[in-house]
Amino acid sequence: MAILLLSLKFVLQNFEKKTIMGIISSSIARKVAMALSGLFLVFFLGQHFVINLTSVLDPDTFNSWSHFMGTNGLVQGLLQPILIFGVVFHFIMGFILELKNRNARAIKYASYKGSTNASWASRNMIISGLVVLAFLGLHFYDFWIPEMIHKYVESHPEDATRYYAETVHKFESPVRVGLYVISFVLLALHLWHGFASSFQSVGFNNKYSKGLTKFAKIYAIVIPLGFIFIAVYLHLNQLPH
Amino acid sequence: MKLTLKIWRQENASAKGNMQTYPIDGVEGDMSFLEMLDVLNEQLINKGEEPVVFDHDCREGICGSCSLQINGEPHGPDRLVTTCQLHMRKFNDGDTIVIEPFRAKAFPVIKDLMVDRGAFDRIQQAGGYVSVNTSGNTIDANAIPVEKELADEAFNAATCIGCGACVAACKNASAMLFTSAKVSQYALLPQGRVEATTRVLNMVEQMDKEGFGNCTNTGACEVECPKGISLENIARMNREYLSASLKG
Amino acid sequence: MSILDSKIPSGPLADKWTNHKNTIDLVNPANKRNIDVIVVGTGLAGGSAAATLAELGYNVKTFCYQDSPRRAHSIAAQGGINAAKNYQGDGDSNYRLFYDTVKGGDYRSREANVYRLAEVSANIIDQCVAQGVPFAREYGGLLDNRSFGGVLVSRTFYAKGQTGQQLLLGAYSAMNRQINRGKIEPFNRHEMLDVVKIDGKARGIIARDLVTGKIERHSAHAVVLATGGYGNVFFLSTNAMGSNVTAAWRAHRRGAFFANPCYTQIHPTCIPVSGDHQSKLTLMSESLRNDGRIWVPKKKEDAEAIRAGKLKPTQLVETDRDYYLERRYPAFGNLVPRDVASRAAKERCDAGFGVNKTGEAVYLDFASAIERYGKEQALIQDLSNPSDSEIYDLGKAVVENKYGNLFQMYEKIVDENPYKTPMMIYPAVHYTMGGLWVDYNLQTTVEGLYAAGEANFSDHGANRLGASALMQGLADGYFVLPYTIGDYLSKDIRTGKISTDSPEFDQAEKDVKNSINKLMSGTGAHSVDYYHKKLGKIMWNKCGMSRNAKGLEEAISEIAELRADFWANVKVPGSPDSMNPELEKAGRVADFLELGELFAKDALTRNESCGGHFREESVEQDGEQKGEALRDDENFKFVSAWEYKGEPKDAQLHKEDLVFENIELKTRSYK
Repeated sequence: MAILLLSLKFVLQNFEKKTIMGIISSSIARKVAMALSGLFLVFFLGQHFVINLTSVLDPDTFNSWSHFMGTNGLVQGLLQPILIFGVVFHFIMGFILELKNRNARAIKYASYKGSTNASWASRNMIISGLVVLAFLGLHFYDFWIPEMIHKYVESHPEDATRYYAETVHKFESPVRVGLYVISFVLLALHLWHGFASSFQSVGFNNKYSKGLTKFAKIYAIVIPLGFIFIAVYLHLNQLPH
Repeated sequence: MKLTLKIWRQENASAKGNMQTYPIDGVEGDMSFLEMLDVLNEQLINKGEEPVVFDHDCREGICGSCSLQINGEPHGPDRLVTTCQLHMRKFNDGDTIVIEPFRAKAFPVIKDLMVDRGAFDRIQQAGGYVSVNTSGNTIDANAIPVEKELADEAFNAATCIGCGACVAACKNASAMLFTSAKVSQYALLPQGRVEATTRVLNMVEQMDKEGFGNCTNTGACEVECPKGISLENIARMNREYLSASLKG
Repeated sequence: MSILDSKIPSGPLADKWTNHKNTIDLVNPANKRNIDVIVVGTGLAGGSAAATLAELGYNVKTFCYQDSPRRAHSIAAQGGINAAKNYQGDGDSNYRLFYDTVKGGDYRSREANVYRLAEVSANIIDQCVAQGVPFAREYGGLLDNRSFGGVLVSRTFYAKGQTGQQLLLGAYSAMNRQINRGKIEPFNRHEMLDVVKIDGKARGIIARDLVTGKIERHSAHAVVLATGGYGNVFFLSTNAMGSNVTAAWRAHRRGAFFANPCYTQIHPTCIPVSGDHQSKLTLMSESLRNDGRIWVPKKKEDAEAIRAGKLKPTQLVETDRDYYLERRYPAFGNLVPRDVASRAAKERCDAGFGVNKTGEAVYLDFASAIERYGKEQALIQDLSNPSDSEIYDLGKAVVENKYGNLFQMYEKIVDENPYKTPMMIYPAVHYTMGGLWVDYNLQTTVEGLYAAGEANFSDHGANRLGASALMQGLADGYFVLPYTIGDYLSKDIRTGKISTDSPEFDQAEKDVKNSINKLMSGTGAHSVDYYHKKLGKIMWNKCGMSRNAKGLEEAISEIAELRADFWANVKVPGSPDSMNPELEKAGRVADFLELGELFAKDALTRNESCGGHFREESVEQDGEQKGEALRDDENFKFVSAWEYKGEPKDAQLHKEDLVFENIELKTRSYK
């Protein structure tokens, strides 16, 4: 944890000192920034999952938590922009990395057997990442944009009990559920490499790292699987129109 | 055995290269991969063609000269060996073998399969040393005891032969394993600790300047490294770099 | 009186070096900035010399044919480096290291040089540790030692089986520091092709940029050659493919005398030749002889059956095996010195007892070591009635721990499991004790031209002890040459920069270009390797482990013929104006073809057996030592230094008499 805090401090310092260009200029700093933003998103994902899980367990809890998240000033005014910044940063940085890395081998191999020495997940973070990004687009279209319109454009009065029904309704279409499931599989692959690898990136490699890696791998499977379960569950348990 | 070789031919650094096909017969399992290429070259010379140029020297897996990408892997399909230690018994009669140079923007091709790995030298020059003069008056070698485990770990990092297989294997052509091995060797020893801060900053800066890609922790370098240099060194370098940046 | 002046300082042996350092001239730091030194070769000797000279303030240019100084063949040394540290408290001292080295060299080295080597040896270890060389350590954190052949103390420092690599990377790091400071300008992928002499002094070199083919001129106030040995004259050796004699030989042609060319070390434990395609031989560390037992079948028919693949070595019972080293040398057994072990293997194989397809291999067997260690472990672990397989597993674990990496290397090359079947080994050319003649200051017979490391002849006499090559290379480079060269350079502080625009440089460049053009214009009948292999065969058969007058005479004429054929008919494809490895090889083989003849001539002249040089005419006739090498101190207690006079056959012999004031000459006996 101390290392994480130190790293965070470092990133912040870099922000002050050299702005974003400073981070982009050093490969290790880029790597650390990627890892830290990734870890932040992993944390967010867990939180999101816990709230979603209540939709299966108890619709009332789901409604009340969703209401809180949707109306609390701190969440909406501070955490939400941070999250959006985190996503955008992780994406832009990932894209820059990918471009730089492609550039580092101008002439490609005629024969390249990546599969003999590294996992598919680790070699194709850009693919899994882009799928997740596309999914985020869909997800925003499904929830965030209607929510914004609902709240700020059309200015409906807040109804603290509307969330559950709206959510369940979204999972009526089997196509949408299918898209969600595929995205979660790719998310799992993204996490399978990304989560554990972020420890290596911030230099965390000691007697605890084995256990931590195991935790990360389990997390990478369990959380997306849980999201799939929720999506399928809600699809199968539609409310009467 | 009979083989078909597909080899990258390129006249010089500025020329455009291409793959050429060469059939070869009479290859024996006891030959090393480079001895098989010797046979091919002897045939080419006798036919009046130019032999294939490749780097090689000690032919016992320690100088780090040989550097071939064989069927998509640096130093070929065997593990913990360099190309010169790879033997033809790892291949079968009738096989097609694709032979390419180690590819990275930071390793420009000189001719055919020979590349310029000067970038590695420059990374070392940026700080891969302890600043101590040859006076004959340094302290006695046993004046500072070093924990055996640390000494062994430093040695393991120091066994890197600088062949560049890590760069060649990495999908990003990253030189992190190479650089971190040297940083680690010194970071682990009391003699190297003194300059640890400036060393890691300077070496990483030079590494970036050379145009290597970024590490994305795929681990391919460790698998393909003929000396089995560990990924732990990269984690150590990241740590060293972070704490050096905070200090600096 | 010989024209050779060894410049050995007067006074008692132990004070010579100190007194010498106190009395030689120095160059003041400000003046060093105006003096240039060229160092050719970047192995242990060249790398350490370049770094130290640059630290002192000289402007240094380094040259190596490899793509990086780090790849010089010093990197391949396995076992260790000797130093008289006496950390083990087993009675080691400078004198003892000196004594062992002179005796091991069969009393054919210079006392004063060897004593200095022993004296600075301890500093080397201090220096390397300070540089961050990760030597092996004990659990207490202090440095560990192992022992090597031919000595009674434990003085060898090591870094697993990669001591040479670690020491070279240490020297390379010292170089890098100076490159970073701008004090060393490195010229990698450059090959030196001539020394340029102005007014009798070495003032520069002609080098070829191996990438572009450009012939370049480089001037300096002094030139240091640290270009290694010439074992590749045998084609097959444990040397790197590129190791060559060219720099030393071109210097010889410009007036540097070549000393003791016939002193070659043939290492007994190498992996045997497997076929005609073989390009190089791989050494298996001498340390294996600590536990391995060497044998061949006792009966010829068994050997024949094994060669035909009808019999397996493990099927032979104890009484059908001939442990010939233990039989012939009961006192030292399998740990006799390298030259003795090599000749004994050859003797058995020549008599028809060889055990591989070619009949040139003997067994190195670990079965009894595995059993011995297994029983020991069973006892330690309190196992009652352990089964044979339990004992085997326990013993194998011990052997694996000690030699695991060597066994793995063997298995990769030979494709046989050495834990199950005995290893096959055979001697191979490994090191050359001969080289450019140098005086006490390491200066050759050309003023301003120095030679260090394996390239000179100075310290190992007729046979080198294990773990002494690394010591000598670093001693020369770190602690000797940087000081002795100052004595010479102190006279050059007013000379100013040496211009490359002079008739001497013009001529040298012209000579080099002519020679390249000549190589390129052969009729093209045979490749360079064809000639190199032929030369190697002559050398191995007639100038190898055992030599006689008739064979040597034949070798001389055969090599001369081969050389003429080479110059007329060699085929060098490609162009001289680009990267052209065949042209590089051709130039090197051309020089080997001259050196080989001088080698044979030297061996013919030295009608005695000493160290690695064994003349069949000079053996003990009777007594306990019957059949063993016989040294002839009365007639051959000298260094042979050859002066170039055109053709090798015309080379003129100069003798430097060896004076032994501190050591009594004795017969080496290992019975």
